[in-house]
Amino acid sequence: MFAFCSDPATLPQWQWMACYLTTGSHFALYRSVLVVLLLLALAAPLALGMGFLGALAVRSGNLLLKSIGTIYVSMVRGVPDIIFFLFVPFAIDQGVEYARHRILCPDWDQPVRQGNDFIVCAAAKMPLATDPLWVHNVWGFSLALFAFALVFGAFAANTLNGAMNAVPRAQLETGEAYGMTRRQTFRRILLPQMWVYALPGLSNLWMILTKATPLLFLLGIQDVVFWARELGGQKTGHYEYTHPDWRVWYFLGVLVFYLTLTWVSQRGFDRLMRKLNHGQATAGGEAQRKAAI
Amino acid sequence: MSVDFATCAESFHGLILRSLGRDFGDRLLPRGLEINVCDQVFLIASGLVWNVYLAALALFFGFFLATAIALAKSSETRWLRSPAEAFVFIFRGSPLFVQFFFVYEALVLLPRAGIEIGPITLDTQWMTRAWAGALFVLFLNTSAYTAEIFHGALKSVPKGDLEAADAYGLTGWTKFRRVTWPTMLRLAWPSYTNEAIFLLHATTLVFFSAFPAWQQMGDALYYANYFAAQTFNPFIAYPIVGLYFVLMTLVLIGGFGVVNRRLNRHLPRAARARLRFRPHYIR
Amino acid sequence: MKKLVLSAALLALGSSTAMAQTVTRLGTEGAYPPYNYLDESNQLVGFEIDLGNELCARAQLTCEWVQNDWDSIIPNLVGGNYDVIMAGMNATEARAEVIAFSQAYKLPDPSAYMALAGTDMSVMEDGVIAAQSNTMQASMVSDTSATLIEFPTADETIAAVRNGTADAVLADRDFLVTYVEESNGELEFLANVTPPGAGVSIGLRQSDTELRATFDAAIDSMKADGSLNALLVQWFGDEVDVFE
Repeated sequence: MFAFCSDPATLPQWQWMACYLTTGSHFALYRSVLVVLLLLALAAPLALGMGFLGALAVRSGNLLLKSIGTIYVSMVRGVPDIIFFLFVPFAIDQGVEYARHRILCPDWDQPVRQGNDFIVCAAAKMPLATDPLWVHNVWGFSLALFAFALVFGAFAANTLNGAMNAVPRAQLETGEAYGMTRRQTFRRILLPQMWVYALPGLSNLWMILTKATPLLFLLGIQDVVFWARELGGQKTGHYEYTHPDWRVWYFLGVLVFYLTLTWVSQRGFDRLMRKLNHGQATAGGEAQRKAAI
Repeated sequence: MSVDFATCAESFHGLILRSLGRDFGDRLLPRGLEINVCDQVFLIASGLVWNVYLAALALFFGFFLATAIALAKSSETRWLRSPAEAFVFIFRGSPLFVQFFFVYEALVLLPRAGIEIGPITLDTQWMTRAWAGALFVLFLNTSAYTAEIFHGALKSVPKGDLEAADAYGLTGWTKFRRVTWPTMLRLAWPSYTNEAIFLLHATTLVFFSAFPAWQQMGDALYYANYFAAQTFNPFIAYPIVGLYFVLMTLVLIGGFGVVNRRLNRHLPRAARARLRFRPHYIR
Repeated sequence: MKKLVLSAALLALGSSTAMAQTVTRLGTEGAYPPYNYLDESNQLVGFEIDLGNELCARAQLTCEWVQNDWDSIIPNLVGGNYDVIMAGMNATEARAEVIAFSQAYKLPDPSAYMALAGTDMSVMEDGVIAAQSNTMQASMVSDTSATLIEFPTADETIAAVRNGTADAVLADRDFLVTYVEESNGELEFLANVTPPGAGVSIGLRQSDTELRATFDAAIDSMKADGSLNALLVQWFGDEVDVFE
């Protein structure tokens, strides 16, 4: 990085530190922050979408849809989220490969499970062994992303369902009295108003989601936890920059990173809540109105 | 994978207490092709001891610290309020998983020979073991979350109740013990139940973070993960551990429901807060 | 279990014209200096990386490195996430039930107990011994009366000895030797143990007999012209056991 970094062993303290913190592997650590933020940016809208579908299913008149929705929403409550994070990517990966195997290699006569091996034909591999590396990376990341969306979708479904129930009935009845159809009342009255009721729950969900991102490490993705552990370990003479076990400092850094992230998020949500409360028939809206007088 | 009764009984004897150590069952865990369904059912069940132990003790000790912190947070004295707020911010604002790593790495920095206080040497080595170190982190973590719940409940204790206590001449400790505290608890109980469920589920993280497993003694998910890795088949071990957790969650909700009924028993039937298996995710 | 690696630390080898050919994916741990590790510029380096690249060149294979944590390195080979393992793995009987091995490219490493200076020898029988999980050494410790404590990475086993969590660590001597030399007398070897196994070898799926023959031939050619021994000395120093 810097010109003086050519021989780390001879450098004075601050220069050594400057060089050390700008090595390639440290840049990988800084990039892994982006991986975490990318996951958050993608998982949040996906989970919201899943949650919306889940909430609609729970409220549906169709008994089958209703029970599927209810099971989906309550299952995630009874089982620790980490089990889903371990299970879902693993299961989907095998499931996709099995399906491709059945379609692409119909004349394969050996069983797919031989003892403890899971063997599918080469054409059914997902991604293919010949695919370039980035395809493997994107596939791995997508599986993790899907697991997050699935778990947090169930959380969001519950929050959104509660918010829909919280919109005053009288407002919906007024809509119907004006001759709107069910669909119209939903779109014109329920949907715009539910957000103010949903926001406290959703902001809380965002916080839980943020605090669940270090679990990416368990899915084999090189996130901040991975790099903190990798870089913090003792570095012997095989490395250019030798140091004893510094993991505690690296994890302190990760801790501060997450504290900052949640602190900034909280600020953002407080501001958004003030905006949404404006003119609403809620306690928050009333307080704003009184303060303005 | 057909399993007969005899091998199943053998698995039961060898594995049901294995999570307590190899003196309590098979020395070595079943490996590779030896693994059958009964092994998975019993070994994963044996790991639940750890989840229950960690959750129960963390909740028990956390309850008292949380009450103290909630009071400190509601205090008008700044030097009581600020540390309480900082404590809650740090433990609620960062992931438990990272807290485990950080605290473990901090604990191993404690002097190897122990800390000398006057003539006594305090041994510190045991703190790095999961039964103590992880319990310590879970205890602090749940204290912070519970303190926030109790703090909210303290603020919503009805003014009328407190005025009535004043009218009866109750003051200080007596007023707190007879009026404020029971009301706070009653108001907080549904959220507190929710926190207990979260904590029970969070115990599965312990052996995935920095805390090493001694003699392959681990919790239910540690064993489920072991089996999934050994058999390359996630479809047996993970559903088993998932089912165990659903059952434990239901038992926990039942237990907390009994307490809830007791806390609400003086109220008219219509005003009682109900606990249901309804998911809500405030943490 | 399947660990999916999102990694910037992979080296694609071979010329761009070879893209149409199949790529042989080499799995390694990347946390076991000097066998294989990530250097400061976030590149995989080490004895096995140099060796693997040379073997691929000789066998005219297009190879690509994949980093995978140790605990799941065999399941992921069997599951087809990569085609061979080069990760300081000894060809033991237990592993040979699950995967196939090439001929050895490094003679059996003596394993060694390492402890803080002044530790009594008796800890090997009644003390707490750290080892990396799923290693040959972990099963060696579980066969003694000592208490085994397992860590997912080798680096953590050393830390456990330093901070007193474990009385000693059992690992490959060639891995431990740098730690002993650089500790200024704080750490020392207690004893050497001859482990079972035919030496450090390439792990492959049992069905890949053709690939195994290809690698065996490439190792033969490197043994014949002395380049394998040169690599061994380069990475492990003059005291390493070389091939005759």
